Amino acid sequence: MSDYQWDFSSVTLHPDMWLLGLLVTAVYSIATIFGGLVIGVVCGMLLLSRHRVLVAPISGYVQVFRCTPLLIQIIWFYYALPVVVRVEIPALLAAALGLTLYMGAFSAEIFRAGIMSIDKGQWQAARAIGMLPWQVMGRVVLPQATRRMVPPFVNQSVLQLKNTSLLSVVAVPDLMYNASLLVSETFRPLEIYTSLAAAYFVILYPLQKLAKQLERRDDI
Amino acid sequence: MTSEAEAASSAGPSEPPMIEIEGLYKFYGAIEAVKNASLRVNRGEAQFIIGPSGCGKSTLLRCINLLEEPTRGRMRVGDVEIEFGARKKRMSVREQARFRANVGMVFQQFHLFPHMTAIENVMEGPRTVKRLPLAEAREIAASLLAKVGLGEKRDTYPRHLSGGQAQRVAIARALAMSPAVVLFDEVTSALDPELVGEVLEVIRNLTLEGMTMVVVTHEMAFARDVASGVTFMDAGMVVEHGSAAEMLDHAANPRLQLFLRRFRR
Repeated sequence: MSDYQWDFSSVTLHPDMWLLGLLVTAVYSIATIFGGLVIGVVCGMLLLSRHRVLVAPISGYVQVFRCTPLLIQIIWFYYALPVVVRVEIPALLAAALGLTLYMGAFSAEIFRAGIMSIDKGQWQAARAIGMLPWQVMGRVVLPQATRRMVPPFVNQSVLQLKNTSLLSVVAVPDLMYNASLLVSETFRPLEIYTSLAAAYFVILYPLQKLAKQLERRDDI
Repeated sequence: MTSEAEAASSAGPSEPPMIEIEGLYKFYGAIEAVKNASLRVNRGEAQFIIGPSGCGKSTLLRCINLLEEPTRGRMRVGDVEIEFGARKKRMSVREQARFRANVGMVFQQFHLFPHMTAIENVMEGPRTVKRLPLAEAREIAASLLAKVGLGEKRDTYPRHLSGGQAQRVAIARALAMSPAVVLFDEVTSALDPELVGEVLEVIRNLTLEGMTMVVVTHEMAFARDVASGVTFMDAGMVVEHGSAAEMLDHAANPRLQLFLRRFRR
């Protein structure tokens, strides 16, 4: 092991592949995080409502996506969804859909928990001065809850960006997939996967720092 | 009612009470929190409700501004009369909100909005509910904060206020809606003893101005001092009402006597 000759020249062999991978990872991350947030806010709101007809299926969706491995979800959406819905969905889009719904399930929980964490007294005080429910939400509860939701949302987004690497199993040409192509061409897994990890770290470390800072400001 | 209190109240003898409650019940499942409660409060009166913990006095108070929906009974505040019961038409969310805007409430735990400064807390009702212009709302809020002795603290966030200061801001917030009635729910119970006085002083001044109030409290000396009337509740029922002197100094009812004995050291 100790006489292994490190050779990082393999890493810089195809800079275009790294760039393409970075672009794909970024696009999939941003799109699925944003889509997941929208789904999460809508589902979180509905989970808080008292309509049982709505709460049951949404809570079912959230539990299924939270309690099954993301890798299986991606593979299922890639192979099974086009068969099940009998509509031509581009496979890469189907895989992204799985990733989005996964983010949505976690976001729904974060949103619901954030709203629930606001003291009942805030609702009472706002209602007592004559506010309508949506005014209580918009003026009193959401501004406080949002501050509490930001750190877990950032954390979930960090996980989401790392999780896009799972898309490589269905041939989405992200960072991970391109790295594995390079490996099979150069037979230099140590150098390439080390560099890949470093790339993820460089992207995510500042984000993680940001989340920490926001947590510290949580006392506002 | 003493002649002084009568003079302070602007109500003529023929004017109907500001608050009239009859046969009010509040059930939580099988638990009867309030049973067959009746209460009348004339304009300009400060009606005090006393009784042991869990006797239903806070629940009754919260029914008066519909934070709790009574299960059954009849209630009138000002010109709005509501009947509660399984077959009665329920008020819409909008009607309830309009009703509450006219009935202020001050809570034991203040419940100030922590993301707003003192003056923003007081302005919130006039701005969001009454849709007053910013300058006008600011003026109302500033004068109310000055009135409760906190003109200096207008730009302070609640977390930097003492309990007594926070509670006075909460009173100003309730007054900013110019409600017909203000309800006080054990507003000094969460305060350090040395901060109780400043809050009671604000309430005392309101009684002198002829504000109609319902006050749930354990401050017996204060009740004796400023109450127009005292209502004693026990086990969800209104046991007795009368003047402060009748109720607190010459209590005839044995349950009331037993309750009051705990406050004499």
